[in-house]
Amino acid sequence: MADVRLKNVSKRFGESKKNDAVMAVKDLDLDVADGEFLVLLGPSGCGKTTTLRMVAGLERATSGEIFIGDRSVNDLPPGDRDIAFVFQFYALYPHLSVYDNISFPLRAQNMSKSEVDEQVRRVASRLKIEHVLNRRPNRLPSGEQQRVALGRAIVRQPQVFLMDEPLTNLDASLRSEMRVELKHLQQELGTTMLYVTHDQVEAMSMSHRIAVMSMGVLQQVDTPLEIYNHPKTLFVATFIGSPPMNTVACKVVDGHHLQGIENTFRLTLDPSYANRLANTKEVVFGIRSEDARLVNDDSAQLRGTVAVREPLGDETIYDMDMGQYRMAVKTPPRQIFRPGEPVGVAINLNRIHLFDRVTGQAV
Amino acid sequence: MADTQLAQRTRTAQFEGQIRPRFSWFTDRWIAISFLTPTMLLLLFISIFPLVWSLYLSFTDWSVIKDANTAPQWIGTANYLELLTDNRTWQRFVVTGQFVVPAVVIELLLGFGIALLLNRKFTGRGAIMTLLLIPMMLSPIVVALFWRFMMQGDGVLNYYVVNLFGLEPILWLSDRYVAPWSLVIVDVWMWTPFMMLISLAGLSAVPNYLYEAAAVDRAGTWFRFRHITLPMVMPLLLIAIIFRTMDAYKLFDQAVVLTGGGPGRFTQTASMYLYDVAFGQFNTGEGSALGYIMLIVITALANLLIRALNATKST
Repeated sequence: MADVRLKNVSKRFGESKKNDAVMAVKDLDLDVADGEFLVLLGPSGCGKTTTLRMVAGLERATSGEIFIGDRSVNDLPPGDRDIAFVFQFYALYPHLSVYDNISFPLRAQNMSKSEVDEQVRRVASRLKIEHVLNRRPNRLPSGEQQRVALGRAIVRQPQVFLMDEPLTNLDASLRSEMRVELKHLQQELGTTMLYVTHDQVEAMSMSHRIAVMSMGVLQQVDTPLEIYNHPKTLFVATFIGSPPMNTVACKVVDGHHLQGIENTFRLTLDPSYANRLANTKEVVFGIRSEDARLVNDDSAQLRGTVAVREPLGDETIYDMDMGQYRMAVKTPPRQIFRPGEPVGVAINLNRIHLFDRVTGQAV
Repeated sequence: MADTQLAQRTRTAQFEGQIRPRFSWFTDRWIAISFLTPTMLLLLFISIFPLVWSLYLSFTDWSVIKDANTAPQWIGTANYLELLTDNRTWQRFVVTGQFVVPAVVIELLLGFGIALLLNRKFTGRGAIMTLLLIPMMLSPIVVALFWRFMMQGDGVLNYYVVNLFGLEPILWLSDRYVAPWSLVIVDVWMWTPFMMLISLAGLSAVPNYLYEAAAVDRAGTWFRFRHITLPMVMPLLLIAIIFRTMDAYKLFDQAVVLTGGGPGRFTQTASMYLYDVAFGQFNTGEGSALGYIMLIVITALANLLIRALNATKST
């Protein structure tokens, strides 16, 4: 087992002098503790996969240093880093049997035949793929191909698992099943795991900590609940959560009052906010859909009309037309409003989020 | 007046949204027939009729010159029996085989090797590719003509043999042991680029993540070649082999220009022999029979290769 540390790592694609150069990763500092399950989360093109590939040695960092355990691995080829990589498309050797696929990393280490056999059978029984050991991987359903790819990764007992969106190609029900299984597997093995995904549900449900990236820049590294409850940037706030956090741009008026840019509404915050807002003129006000309620009494700070109603069974999401902006509100399933009906929105002022409108940083 | 206008308007309205009745006979079926007919007629006259007619002639004793005014005389399988028991026929097929096998094997090895070298990014790759493809774009007769020029007794090849290596000049085109190999050399020069091109297409289709997985798994160069590159490229290689085998099997033009079948008949291929029987001696019936024997041999060969191709695909 080992920890993984990235110190000031950058990756540029293309020549620096030319205009088509792209900074895929910028000055990334990231520590993954020994035995930790850390998820790199972000939209496509945010640099998360490039980061993972740099740790694997499939890409070379343009600058900065990468450590696995105590070793600086910048100059080591992938095979010498003692890592296992699970690819998005599994990358199984199509002309080898499942048995040979799984045993391959062991045979490359010149392990004895009987020991290889023992290891392969142990892993196959753990992943419940004993019955397909003699088959070719490309004839298997995607769920089993996924297990074979996992088997090839865990059989060598590496220092670190690196996984690049391994569940993306599975259908929804299989994906949630594998999510639980992967998490269980990682707990059981205790191996450090660096896991890339764009799926926030995977990130929230599986990880010890999440590192959110955007445009090559690390936004926040924290536990899932901390990321959800205390997003440090506007990007994190709107990327995590379903439906995304409601946001609206406001002016700061009289210290602790917020006024809509188009003078559409006015919110009075606790006077204690005056200090925090002292240096900010314009903010983005954010509230999660579950921190607002639809009411028909005086407790409403805002008023709007129901635009769309989405019943989900255990709850209902109302998409509210608030004039200049829209807002999603989660309600209990039996509280029913009709589209077009005017309703008041009561906001839990203890659960609001404020971001600087220019920098996007939390205020 | 107003009544007729009204009547017309209702009639127009009635036909709106329907096929106009004038063309109602012009159905999809008719369109299909009218497009197919010219091609079918052309095929019938230049391909199907000659095929059937020559099959008939192969069972007759007939010459298109000597017996032009008499009907072909049915002699059953006599032509076939005569050809198959004649040592000369077998000799021609042996000559053909001795050309086809080394030519295709060398082209495959060289072409695949060059493709492996070219399957990466480097400056001047495009220029090198174009240069390598030139031989394939030339007419076989042109190629044969200038190789004959280089291979003749006082040609440029012998200049190097004598002056660089200090050897006796080689009779490239008139030595019974060297001449068949000269045909192979010219064919290799001309058709290696074809093998290279198809190999390159196969190589560039191998997904890179397989090589990345192999790098993480510490696979050696040989493993990568044996278990990733080769199996992925194999179907395309087999297609290239099928093309080249069928083409080399009917070798005619290059051999006529280079050796004319000589010395003696040592480089006379099956196609050249067929030409000789059918248009030298004008034994049309026997020539047709030989043509059919050649057709059966190449069909059998192609089927074996296609079976191998399907076997690689199903794994």
